[in-house]
Amino acid sequence: MIICMGADPIISVQGLCKTYASGFEALRNINLEIRRGEIFALLGPNGAGKTTLINVICGIVNPGFGTVHADGFDIVKDYRRARATIGLVPQELTHDMFEKVWNTVALSRGLFGKAPNPAHIEKTLKSLSLWDKKDNKIMTLSGGMKRRVMIAKALSHEPNILFLDEPTAGVDVTLRREMWDLVLGLRKAGVTIILTTHYIDEAQEMADRIGVIHRGEIIMVEEKATLMRKLGKKQLTLNLNTPLKELPADLCDPQLALTDDGLQIIYTFDTRAEHTGIAELIKRLGDRGIDFKDLQTKQSSLEDIFVNLVGSRA
Amino acid sequence: MNIQAIRAIYGFEMARFFRTITQSLLAPVVSTSLYFVVFGSAIGSRMTDIEGVTYGAFIVPGLTMLSVLSQSVSNASFGIYMPRFVGTIFEILSAPISAVEIVVGYVGAAASKSVVVGIVILLTARMFVTFSVVHPFWMLAFLVLTSLTFSLFGFIIGIWADGFEKLQIIPLMVITPLTFLGGSFYSINMLPPFWQKVTLCNPVVYLVSGFRWSFYGTSDVSVELSLGMTFLFMLACLGCITAIFRSGYRIKN
Repeated sequence: MIICMGADPIISVQGLCKTYASGFEALRNINLEIRRGEIFALLGPNGAGKTTLINVICGIVNPGFGTVHADGFDIVKDYRRARATIGLVPQELTHDMFEKVWNTVALSRGLFGKAPNPAHIEKTLKSLSLWDKKDNKIMTLSGGMKRRVMIAKALSHEPNILFLDEPTAGVDVTLRREMWDLVLGLRKAGVTIILTTHYIDEAQEMADRIGVIHRGEIIMVEEKATLMRKLGKKQLTLNLNTPLKELPADLCDPQLALTDDGLQIIYTFDTRAEHTGIAELIKRLGDRGIDFKDLQTKQSSLEDIFVNLVGSRA
Repeated sequence: MNIQAIRAIYGFEMARFFRTITQSLLAPVVSTSLYFVVFGSAIGSRMTDIEGVTYGAFIVPGLTMLSVLSQSVSNASFGIYMPRFVGTIFEILSAPISAVEIVVGYVGAAASKSVVVGIVILLTARMFVTFSVVHPFWMLAFLVLTSLTFSLFGFIIGIWADGFEKLQIIPLMVITPLTFLGGSFYSINMLPPFWQKVTLCNPVVYLVSGFRWSFYGTSDVSVELSLGMTFLFMLACLGCITAIFRSGYRIKN
């Protein structure tokens, strides 16, 4: 089944607040809409409220104020239908270690009220390369396999929405790539995916939209491409033939900088501007007899954007 | 009603029971057999009958109740504590299951295990002493009712406990002493009048007395009172569990 990404929200969070018994205010007036069929990456530093937000939506933590709807169902008033649409892969590897893979996945399906369906469990385990481990006790599996079992459990009841709370934390590069492929495959099958991660490249690779949460507040939600365009800067680096002590007075410009060793001139420019000023800069350097060996340009990454955003609010 | 979920929890818990059959069934049977050997055969043969019943036969209901109570509490508390301890509770909480369904699954499984243990212990006792069951229906009813009530109590302990020490402390420090002092090995009529009154504050007295009545037709307190007190304790446990789920105490906060 392929579902086109639509504007109608599959998850709608309105005015959500959560204060723990300790007095810690984990969520402050969260308003957020997740579109059907998208991959939404929720970024934020440790303790920002990512996991609390997921836990409230999934029913693990009681909400404070505000409302949350999942696939149109209120998570409190109509919790059965709301939760039936959601699958969750939590951050921690939590397993009953003495249980067998097949049994634990079958248990998850049963908990969500679905009748036993060996064919679906077989398909899920095969898609996660766990089929040959189905009779193994979880304690005998590697860390990567245990994480895949978590995903199999979350998918056992065929959810429309999948929360992945730092799914690739602590896994090797190969497995991380496999996870990305899996997530993209799920999206193709129509599953809406909400992903939290510390790996910005993960969000950059997969997400359609990105939200940033900081100190319990959503400080930004944007299309990834738009975000990169709006906040992304590009830098031109010129590697000089001979070091400069300082930039000539008539070249002093906030967009221009000389590295400490005097061997590089860095020019920061806006890619959206009609004229980037690169041609003019090169001409001016030539006029002043400043030669360079080579040049390179670099687009600021999502990580740079994220650090700037959060850093500006620290 | 999410029947599939109840079935899943119940099946999962019962599977654990059968997977750890030595610990679940053999251990209580062996320890109870030792009681029968020591108190029933060795010491019991030198004691006079109590209310017309040989001492060995007299202690059968009390010893069975001792195992059933401790197994009910242990099974139910362990059943809900382990998912909390290892973190798999997230799955229960995020599933479309009501509090009632969670309790039915866990407590139902714990009570079932206790009933099985109770029946196996009675069959084992039959190898050491001769006894009869005057009211078999009521014997089974008391067994099931007690298992359910104390499994509910165990469920509360499993939620309350924040470590294995607390999980063990109630069965060891509360249930066992109450059972020993609740007329398992003697009739409370054998106590001085003051201690007879004090003993009536012990809820286990009513369970042992009622259970013993179903065997021999004699009891320390009336059967109606036994049933009433058991139901009262069950209601208290249910009220406590309702409050736990409403507040999210140690589960959702």
